[in-house]
Amino acid sequence: MTEPLARPKRKNPLQRTRRPLSPQAVRSRTAHGLTAAAAEGRFALQVCESCQTVIYPPRDCCPSCLSLRLPFRDVPRGGVLIAETTVQTSTDPYFRERTPWRVGTVKLDAGPVIVAHLHGDAREGHRVRLDFKLDKSGSAVAIALPERDTPNMADDPHLREMTCDPKFRRVLVTDWRSPVGQAMAKAFAEAGASIVFVGIADAWKPFPGLEALRKIAPVEIVPLDVTDTESVAEQAEQNGARIDIVVNTAEHVRSGGIVDRHGLTVVREQIDIRYLGLVRLAQAFGPVLRARGADGVNSAAAFVNLLSVHALMNWPEFGSYAAAEAACLSAAQCMRAELRPGGVKVMNVFFGPLETEWFQTVPPPKVAPAALARAVVQGLQRGLEDVFIGDVAEDVRARLAVNPKALEREMAS
Amino acid sequence: MAPGTKRSSYDGVVACLPVTIPYRRYSTNSAQWWLGRALHELAKRARLRPSDIDGLAVSSFTLGPDTAVGLTQHFGVSPRWLDHIPFGGASGIVALRRAARAVQAGDADIVACIAGDTNHVDSFRKTLSTFSRFAQDAVYPYGSGGANASFALITKHYMNTYGASREDFAKICIAQRDNALSIPHAMMKKKLTLDDYMTARPIADPIHLFDCVMPCAGAEGLLICREDVARSLRLDFVRILSSIERHNAFASDPIQIRGGWAVDREDLWSMAGLAPDAVDFVQTYDDYPVIVMMQFEDLGFCAKGEGPDFVRSHTFTNDGSFPHNTSGGQLSGGQAGAGGGLLGLVEAIRQLIGKPLGSPVRDARTCVVSGFGMINYDRGLSSGAAILASA
Repeated sequence: MTEPLARPKRKNPLQRTRRPLSPQAVRSRTAHGLTAAAAEGRFALQVCESCQTVIYPPRDCCPSCLSLRLPFRDVPRGGVLIAETTVQTSTDPYFRERTPWRVGTVKLDAGPVIVAHLHGDAREGHRVRLDFKLDKSGSAVAIALPERDTPNMADDPHLREMTCDPKFRRVLVTDWRSPVGQAMAKAFAEAGASIVFVGIADAWKPFPGLEALRKIAPVEIVPLDVTDTESVAEQAEQNGARIDIVVNTAEHVRSGGIVDRHGLTVVREQIDIRYLGLVRLAQAFGPVLRARGADGVNSAAAFVNLLSVHALMNWPEFGSYAAAEAACLSAAQCMRAELRPGGVKVMNVFFGPLETEWFQTVPPPKVAPAALARAVVQGLQRGLEDVFIGDVAEDVRARLAVNPKALEREMAS
Repeated sequence: MAPGTKRSSYDGVVACLPVTIPYRRYSTNSAQWWLGRALHELAKRARLRPSDIDGLAVSSFTLGPDTAVGLTQHFGVSPRWLDHIPFGGASGIVALRRAARAVQAGDADIVACIAGDTNHVDSFRKTLSTFSRFAQDAVYPYGSGGANASFALITKHYMNTYGASREDFAKICIAQRDNALSIPHAMMKKKLTLDDYMTARPIADPIHLFDCVMPCAGAEGLLICREDVARSLRLDFVRILSSIERHNAFASDPIQIRGGWAVDREDLWSMAGLAPDAVDFVQTYDDYPVIVMMQFEDLGFCAKGEGPDFVRSHTFTNDGSFPHNTSGGQLSGGQAGAGGGLLGLVEAIRQLIGKPLGSPVRDARTCVVSGFGMINYDRGLSSGAAILASA
């Protein structure tokens, strides 16, 4: 049974903030196939194309038939924990301050043997479910979970090291004026966040729903305008040290492409709100997030980008919008590298057209803001790095994987 | 596959001149320095010039970026036969086998086998984190307990399966400590009691402090040559009756419960013309006591699963019913990196030529020495053994 997490007490300002450390991140190029799976929450191992042997640790050559064609495929995650140990003495500084640390040998039904981290409810001799997670270093590790969900299992300290669960964490939703921002505030409140800071630009402008927002218990409304460098810096100064998850909900959806558009006004706004807005947030909140990556139960955990899936492939009907989204995606890749030393994840959530007024002319399927907010919360709870929500996003991803050139042509028609 | 060709004998080849460079817990010197001292000691005691040594086999973990080739220039030798054997605890047996065949075939007259490592303050952690690709990808990020954690899993599984107890492992460790008490350079020289063992600090359950070797700096060496060469140099020597090696045996066992010895032991005994009860003492590779117990089983001293009973029914000190790791092994002597792979052979030669550093095994005429090494992912991959006899 997992001991439920206790709500963390107010931090003693005289106490030293523990500096973040990472387990070893280095992997062979092939082993990063597991990182790719973990980033999306899939359980994938190499499966030999010639003889179907399921392979672990990752190899460049099949140990059954010497074939070199060893793609990663989703495989069943069940197995038996045949032996466990509790590491009391570790040579690695990250684990030294976290011992005792349980690891064990899992014989997978699919064939191979995996040495894995153990959830507290995984028991020697019993069946377990394996999962790949990104650890604090950003590389994939296996963790054995109990075969069936157990009470409070997300609170397990080993597991929580690998997830960004909002429970008892403090979240900043940067822009509440969009339907997505409103859904996000509600979802985080429901997920057990202890404070949801909600940013509102120009608070004097009336807005329906403000009263309802005030009634959500953990919500704290704060002034924040992502297009105003000073406003962002001021908010980071005020609350930065007690924000553990940043969710950037600022958006600027306008239809239209590049060639058939007059002037730069809309494009500049898109860049200012989306790309420069992200840069302002990253510069103001990034350093303090990174410094607080090991700050106890409510350590800094994640920066969440909501990205149109058309960041991956331009959709000319919303062409300049997609280009600004692509800029944000590239910035997110940079931020990942920069925040990783703190063990802070950058989670990108890709979505297709939303069920909002700016996509009014677009036919379904569309993603409801509440569904997007749920996907964000679940992604954080699972510790993911890339989430695709809705049919359009899944469709674009699948077509991109098969033939990017075909997709480019298809997006134009 | 057709049955393999019968192995030919090592007639005419002998092993001699056991050399140990006394171990130190930490050293600011390099692996090159430690190996150089071993070679220097061999040359000095054989009254040879370095150029007379025309074969060289080297084992070391901390030699990087050098290999055996770089050492020839470093040491100013020009061998006509050279081998680098990075097999950890199996490298001693493997070096012996290869050198013996080289000498037998006339590729070299005198082969110096040297093995050793340095131990800087942080070199153990660095060796662990980059030990192998599989260790890097699939072991070290899991608690970074190193070999202790990997062998803890193997030990736990063995205990669960065959009913071995911590007291059984204690018996092996305590006897080895007794054997080490008379060895001047042993790292651990305080008598070990059952209470000390049982109440020791836990490292990775069920492994506790005295199940683990102490990493240190040091080197071991010996010479392989023809019998007539050994006689002309006036060196005491021992004969090599048989030997085996095996890698990645029993790959489909989900967790290690046996080693490669079990594949080849018939050859080992039949080639020597001996049965297991005929040897006077045994040197196993003792990185952890569970591996000692597996060797008792897999070398044929008892059946699989009878290791715990075998331990309960014997005594393992040099005056006991089954003299074992007669200089204290690595558990009490210390683990000088790859030097640990040669330690058992060096001590066996000393006992067989009647010049042990510590207490002697009475009437020691024959023995088995075994090696085990290289935990690449979840298990030790390399195993080897040799039967030696006094001349």
